[in-house]
Amino acid sequence: MTYLRPAFAHPDLPRNELGYTRKDYESALSTLCAGCGHDSISAAVVQACHETSIEPHKVAKVSGIGCSSKTPTYFLGNSHGFNSVHGRMPSVATGAAAANRELTYIGVSGDGDSASIGIGQFAHAVRRNVNMLYLVENNGCYGLTKGQDSATAEVGSRSKAGSVNQLAPIDLVSMALELGAGFVARSFSGDKAQLVPLIKAAIAHRGFALIDVISPCVTFNNNPGSTKSYDYVREHMNTTGHFDFVPMHQEITAQYPPGSSKEVTLHDGSSVHLHKLDDTIDPLDRRSALHALQEYKASGKILTGLIFMDEDSQDMHQVMNTCNKPLNQLTQSDLCPGNRVLQDINDSLR
Amino acid sequence: MSASPIVNDLVIRFANVNGTGSASANGLFAKAVFRMGIPVSPKNIFPSNIQGLPTWYEVRVSEKGYLGRREGLDIVVSVNPQSMPQDVRSVREEGYFLYDNTKPLDIRLQRNDIHYIGLPLTRICLAEYRDPRQRLLFKNMIYIGALAALLDIDFSVLKNLVQDQFQGKEKLIAPNIHALELGCQYALEHFDCPLGLRLEKRDLVGDRILMDGNAAVGLGAIYAGATVAAWYPITPSTSVVDSFDKYCKRLRIDAGSGARKYAIIQAEDELAAMGMVIGASWNGARAFTATSGPGVSLMSEFLGLAYFAEVPAVLVDVQRAGPSTGMPTRTQQSDILAAAYASHGDTRHVLLIPATPKECFDMMAEAFDLAERLQTPVILLSDLDLGMNDHVCDPLSWPDDRVYDRGKVLDAEQLDELERYGRYLDVDEDGICYRTIPGAHPTRGAFFTRGSSKNEFAIYTESDEDYAKNMDRLVRKWNTAKSMVPEPIFYPRSEPCRIGVIFFGTSTASTLEAIERLAEESIRVEGLRLRAVPFSEDVERFIEEHEEVFLVEQNRDAQMRTLLVNELGVNPQRLHAILHYDGMPITARFIQQTIQSQLASADTPAMDQVAEGGR
Repeated sequence: MTYLRPAFAHPDLPRNELGYTRKDYESALSTLCAGCGHDSISAAVVQACHETSIEPHKVAKVSGIGCSSKTPTYFLGNSHGFNSVHGRMPSVATGAAAANRELTYIGVSGDGDSASIGIGQFAHAVRRNVNMLYLVENNGCYGLTKGQDSATAEVGSRSKAGSVNQLAPIDLVSMALELGAGFVARSFSGDKAQLVPLIKAAIAHRGFALIDVISPCVTFNNNPGSTKSYDYVREHMNTTGHFDFVPMHQEITAQYPPGSSKEVTLHDGSSVHLHKLDDTIDPLDRRSALHALQEYKASGKILTGLIFMDEDSQDMHQVMNTCNKPLNQLTQSDLCPGNRVLQDINDSLR
Repeated sequence: MSASPIVNDLVIRFANVNGTGSASANGLFAKAVFRMGIPVSPKNIFPSNIQGLPTWYEVRVSEKGYLGRREGLDIVVSVNPQSMPQDVRSVREEGYFLYDNTKPLDIRLQRNDIHYIGLPLTRICLAEYRDPRQRLLFKNMIYIGALAALLDIDFSVLKNLVQDQFQGKEKLIAPNIHALELGCQYALEHFDCPLGLRLEKRDLVGDRILMDGNAAVGLGAIYAGATVAAWYPITPSTSVVDSFDKYCKRLRIDAGSGARKYAIIQAEDELAAMGMVIGASWNGARAFTATSGPGVSLMSEFLGLAYFAEVPAVLVDVQRAGPSTGMPTRTQQSDILAAAYASHGDTRHVLLIPATPKECFDMMAEAFDLAERLQTPVILLSDLDLGMNDHVCDPLSWPDDRVYDRGKVLDAEQLDELERYGRYLDVDEDGICYRTIPGAHPTRGAFFTRGSSKNEFAIYTESDEDYAKNMDRLVRKWNTAKSMVPEPIFYPRSEPCRIGVIFFGTSTASTLEAIERLAEESIRVEGLRLRAVPFSEDVERFIEEHEEVFLVEQNRDAQMRTLLVNELGVNPQRLHAILHYDGMPITARFIQQTIQSQLASADTPAMDQVAEGGR
C-alpha cells in the first residue's frame, strides 16, 4: 500500500464557484485505521467546504489531542491548522476567533477531549458563543491509548476488551442545549447525506455550532455490545427530519409537503430547509429539543439531525462589540496613541 | 522636642481596617509629599480580605531619594483598635503614636519612650456627621488634616489634590476639604506644630511620576498594540488587566461607532487564558495574559507547546508569596525557576525583569517585539511590591518614530516568490524561522502547527534526526535571544572593587541604598542589575571580575543563583546569596548587615551557609 496521493487530477473535475476542485480541499492521507468513522467525517468536511465555495485559506482548523484531533491533517491542506493541547482546543479557537473574526473556524475534538479533560473549556466556548463549527468525533472510547471507555460511553456498553461501562454518560448535545448553544446537531459518520448539509449550515451559522458525530472506532469499539458500533447506531438511529442547506444565491428547488417544512434564513442570506419527520420536535424551540432528546433516550433511540437552531443568538464578537476590521489587521496607527497622549497621562500622575 | 528637627526623612505607618475607605486618604498623604517635591515610597501591607481585617499603609519619605522599604517606624497612625497593641509596639523609640482618644488609652498600651498624640476622631465625626458611612469615611480625612499641621504639609497641596481626585464629583470636594480642616485645626490648637519630624518643600522629584507597576504594564500593552487580553482574576495581577481595560476604554473605542479595537476575555481558568493568548498570537494578533504563581503552574503545559510550536505569547507574572493558599497579598521573587523552565520537556523561556513602573511600561512594549521576533513566550516577571504599590519613577515616553517589530512574517507576495516554504527552515541561521498567519495566501504558506513531531516543512514526522535537529535549532534561537534582550545595568565605582552585588527587580532600590551605606563605612561594592534571561556575557564578566559576589533575592531557595549556575556554569561557591522571604519588601539595612556579617566571618560563607532573612 502506498502512502502517496497521486498528484494527477482529472482536468474535468467539477469546479466550484471559485474555480477550485475538490482536490484543493483535500490534504494528506489519513493514518487512522481503515474504516475509521473519522475519515468519513473528514471527507464530509471536504465536500461541504468545496460545495459551498469557502476559500480554503479562509478556514482555520483547530484541534486538541486524540484520534479525532489528528484529522485536521487529513482535510483542507491549504488551511492553517493547530493541533494543540488535550482538551484545550476551545481556548485556542476562542483566541484565534478573537484575533480575526473573518475566518471560518473548524474545531475538531473527540469524546475524551471534550467530555472529559476539556469539558470545562467546551462548556465555556459554548457559553461565550465563539463563532465556530465544533465537531465532536464521538466513538465512546480512547482510541489512541487502546480503547478505554470515555465519558460518552453508555451504561452497559461493552468494550472490545470485554469491560462493561457502569458510569452514566455525558451527552454533549444536551449539555450544549442547556448552556445556550445556538446550533446543535447530532449525526453519524456513516450518514454523509445528513452530515454534509449539517456541516454547511453549521459553518454558515453565526456563533457556536456543535455537531456531535457518532463515529465508530473500528478497532476498539465496533464489537457486539458496544452502543457506538456501526450496527448499533444504524439500528437505533432516528432522525429529526430531512435537512437541506441552501446557499444564498441558489434557487430553492427541493419540494416538501406543506405543513411539515420549516425554512430558516441565516444571517448571510443562506437558508436551511427542514422537513420534519416527527411532529413532536421543533428544532427552533430549545425546550422542545431538550424534551425530544430525553424522550428518544428513554426509548433507547439515538436522535440525529438538526436538533436546535437559533439564528438570533449573539456571537462573541457581537457581545464584545469589537470592530468589524479583524483585530489582527489593525495597524500601529490604529492602536498606538502616541507620545502626546502619554505625556498627558504622565501629567495626571504628578 | 529636639532642637534640630528631622526634615524629610521619616517612615509613617497608617493602621486601618480593610474596607473603610482609608486607602484613598492615605494615598492622598503620599501624593501630597510627592507634590511637595520630596521623594516618597508608599507600600500597602494588606490582608487577603475584603472587609474587616487589619491593613497598613507605610510611607517612606526620603530627601536622599531612597525608595526601598526602611525599618523603624517614626510615626504610627492608629485607626484600628484591633491591631493597636501591635501598632504601639512597632513605633521606634522617641517616635510618635497618633491615636483616637475619644476613649481613653488602655493603660497596657502606655510606653514611656514614645510620644502620644491623641486625636478625638470619633468624637469629631459624631458631632459633625449624621450618616454612619460619612462618620467612617471622613475620619480618614481628619487624621490626614491633623498630619498636615503636625508635619507641616502645605495645605494648598492637599486642597488641590482633593480637587483633582473628585473631578466630576464636585459635590464631594467641599466636605472633604472641610474634614481636612477639622483635623488640621484640632492639631494646631492642641499640639506644638510642627513636630520635630517634619516635611519641607523641595524640588527633588523633577518631572518624575507616581505610578504603580501594574498600571504601567497595562498601558505598555496599549502602546505595544496588544489587541487581545485573556486572563483569570488572581491577586496581585488583576490590576494589570484592569489598567488595560481602563486605557482601552479611553483610547481604543471608535468614537463614531463605539466599536472596540480590542478584546478582553475573562477566561474560565488560567489554562484557558493561556490557550486564548496562544490562539490569538498564532492568528497574528498581539495578545497577553497576566497572572501570578498559581496561574503560571496552570499555564505550564501550554507554555511548553508555545515554546516548541514557536508561537509568540506575552505573559505577565506578578509574583506573590506561594503557594495557592499562600499569602496572595505579600510580595516575593519566587517564581523565577517556575517561569524560566515552565513546562515539561526541554524548555526555557525569555524573562524580562522590571524594577520600576517606567520599566514595566518599556519592557511590556519590548515583550511583544521580542515575542514576535523570537516566536516564543516572553514572561515579564514583576511582583506585588512593584505591581500594586505606587513608585516614583521617570516619566513614560514613546518615540513616535518607533515601529512595531512583528518579526519574520511572510505575506502573500513574499510567499509567491518562494520556491518552497518551510515553517521551521532556518534560512537565516539564527534559529528563527519564517511564520505565516492564517489566511495569508490561497494556496501557499499554510502549515499544521504542532509540538515537535514535525520536520522543517511542518510535515508530521517522528524521525529522531528531525527531532534532534529542531531541538538544536531552538538552542541556536536561544543564543540569538541573548543579544536581543535588555542588557544588565552596571553600577560602577570610580575605584577598583573586589566586592560585587547582583540584584534584580524590586530589590533594586534597597540594594542601591545598601551600596551607598556600605560606602559610608568604606566598604566599596559595585552593583549589577539583571534585567533579563537569557543572561548576557556581561553577567559572566561581572562575576569573574569580583572576588566576592553577593546575590540579592526575595525567595528562600536562591532561585536566581540556581539559574545563573545552570545557565552560565558559574561555580556556586562564587555566589553568596542574600535571601529575604517573609513576604515584606526587602530593606537596605538587611542587605547591608548581611553583606557586612558575611565579610566579617573568616571565610565567606559557602553555598550551604546562605544568609536567611526575616525582618
